[in-house]
Amino acid sequence: MNDESYHSLASRRRARYAAVFCFFAVSFAVIVVLNINIGTVKLPVSDIARAIFLREGDVKTLDIIWTIRLPRMIMAALLGGALALAGFLLQTFFENPIAGPYVLGISSGAKMMVALVMIVCMRNAQGFSSFAMVTSAFAGALLSTCFIIVVARKIRNMAALLVAGIMIGYICNAVTDFLINIASDSDIVNLQNWSLGSFAGMNWSGVYAALVLVGVTTVLTMCMAKPIGAFQLGEGYAASMGVNIKVFRVLLILLSSFLAATVTAYAGPIAFVGIAVPFIAKGALGTSKPLVVIPGSFVCGSVFCMMCDLIARTAFAPVELSISTVTSAFGAPIVIYMLIRKRSRI
Amino acid sequence: MSYLSLENVSVGYNGKALIRDICIDASKGEIVTLIGPNGAGKSTILKSITKQLELISGKVIFDGRDMSRMSAKDIATRMAVVLTERIRPELMTCHDIVATGRYPYTGRLGLLDPEDEKKVDECLAMVNATHLGAREFSQISDGERQRILLARAICQEPDIIILDEPTSFLDIKHKLELLEILRRMAEDKGVSIVLSLHEIDLAEKISDKIVCVKGDRIFGYGRPEEIFTGDMISRLYDIEGGVFDPLFGSLELPPPEGEPEAFVISSGGSGIGIYRKLGKENTPFAAGILYENDIDYQAAKYMAVRVVSEKAFEKISDEAFSQAMEMVEQCSRVICGSITIGEQNRRIEELIRAAEDAGKLERWE
Repeated sequence: MNDESYHSLASRRRARYAAVFCFFAVSFAVIVVLNINIGTVKLPVSDIARAIFLREGDVKTLDIIWTIRLPRMIMAALLGGALALAGFLLQTFFENPIAGPYVLGISSGAKMMVALVMIVCMRNAQGFSSFAMVTSAFAGALLSTCFIIVVARKIRNMAALLVAGIMIGYICNAVTDFLINIASDSDIVNLQNWSLGSFAGMNWSGVYAALVLVGVTTVLTMCMAKPIGAFQLGEGYAASMGVNIKVFRVLLILLSSFLAATVTAYAGPIAFVGIAVPFIAKGALGTSKPLVVIPGSFVCGSVFCMMCDLIARTAFAPVELSISTVTSAFGAPIVIYMLIRKRSRI
Repeated sequence: MSYLSLENVSVGYNGKALIRDICIDASKGEIVTLIGPNGAGKSTILKSITKQLELISGKVIFDGRDMSRMSAKDIATRMAVVLTERIRPELMTCHDIVATGRYPYTGRLGLLDPEDEKKVDECLAMVNATHLGAREFSQISDGERQRILLARAICQEPDIIILDEPTSFLDIKHKLELLEILRRMAEDKGVSIVLSLHEIDLAEKISDKIVCVKGDRIFGYGRPEEIFTGDMISRLYDIEGGVFDPLFGSLELPPPEGEPEAFVISSGGSGIGIYRKLGKENTPFAAGILYENDIDYQAAKYMAVRVVSEKAFEKISDEAFSQAMEMVEQCSRVICGSITIGEQNRRIEELIRAAEDAGKLERWE
């Protein structure tokens, strides 16, 4: 194997990319079908097909499909992909494979800000637009991220960085809990559910907004694939190749915070997707080339979150699990496996 | 014409100058080497040249232009680096690493065209690493890594390559290999090379110019034959005990002290092994009678307590002979390496006979 020429390896690699993307596409399709078919209310497949493609059938079926299952599933796909991308960007930024929006406290920061704004807005105005949600989440996410960056400057240590992230997560959660405690009863119902993380109760206006937000950020991220690739060799080399490091770092932080904020604004904090999914995608694709890993992580994140959401709502139906419960159950073991493998290689 | 020149540059961190008024330059195809003790600021100077650090004052003129006014891309197509920082890329083959050198030339997505692919292959071949192309970078040896990183730099098609201690962690074979490639780059392609080295002996051999870095100014700057003379190196590194022998480019431990206990008779290099043996036994010794153009004479100068010498190609004088005889009498051992005796140095036979009669003679095989 040692002296295999690179070019035969390269063609094998391309075949592998194709195979993995096909596999992702097939699993995507399967999960979509399962997500629409399975639910508390049993619906025959023919009715579902008619409801989706012909928009006919009885009102109840149409309602279940179009206002409950479809938006929820699309949201899980969009936000799952966004979360995986946010993780990938943060891992690039911190040059650390265990970085992610959840462990670094970025999701918690966003959650805290949303809770704060939500309570204030609910008191003073009647509505709470999704624009306000996303903006406040973005502010919270940036706040946490900046804190982490300051800490990372002071201590160049991977473990300490994670501890700092987890700590800021706890602080934000404590503040959020406090806010929930002083909030009025009517707010709490909403807030409580959301702050645990859930894809329930999504509507089409949310779907459209998220589609635009996540779509634009993903395209921008793809545009940054080249400098991200250079940055994988470290800051010094990237700079020597002509990457403007300062601008690049700012963009990376803005994009990852924005992605994490969008997810948190709509679905609350979701654990482990940001770490586990890019790891799976890289491993499956056998490369860390951003041009391949970015779309790979996105699709893999979509599939992962749709699957977890399916489990969350069906495993103990009619009781629904919080989405983080399920993502943790799958994601945490993957992260542990990752740590063990890293250790043994060093 | 110099391709890169530093004009009164001061370098340092956070606005505080560590080394001031640096004036050095490199022409096309020249190898300029920075030497000096650890922590003297070799890396600081190199980082300032590569713009990783901002200059405190002064100017770097690069390809006839003020470097601070050049765009990042302009610089990237002219200058490549090999850094000390260790990189840990995931799932990247050596070919992938080298291919990143094409960065300034590829389009928005960074895809390589067949032309680029060919360049990558050429660069791998240039560092004798074609066979490593498909191997994962994280799984090759230090020596191989350094070669791959050099290939990456070459792949950037620069006119100048800056290397910060490229030979650390390498064994002697890989050191030589790496420096050989650098010399070829400089000679065949006219690439200028600026590097820092710990191995002063190698620095002496490959460099066109040497920069000695110590204290807050440049300690010495010039051609190797100007730098590697006298006690320059000893002063640069504050060597008190041992000495640096500029002729052999080797470092010698201080000779054992005291009155000579052994007298070594040798010629043509046969003495050096004996000197080392005695040095390790910590026996002070004298050597003679050595002609001043004998290689043993050069070595004995730094290793023996006393050297009895004679001008080259002259008959052994009475003075030298009596000094040597004194040594034979004084020392408890007389060690004789292989020696060629001819018309001019016939009297050495007398010395040997005298030692034999006194029962002190040891023959060295």
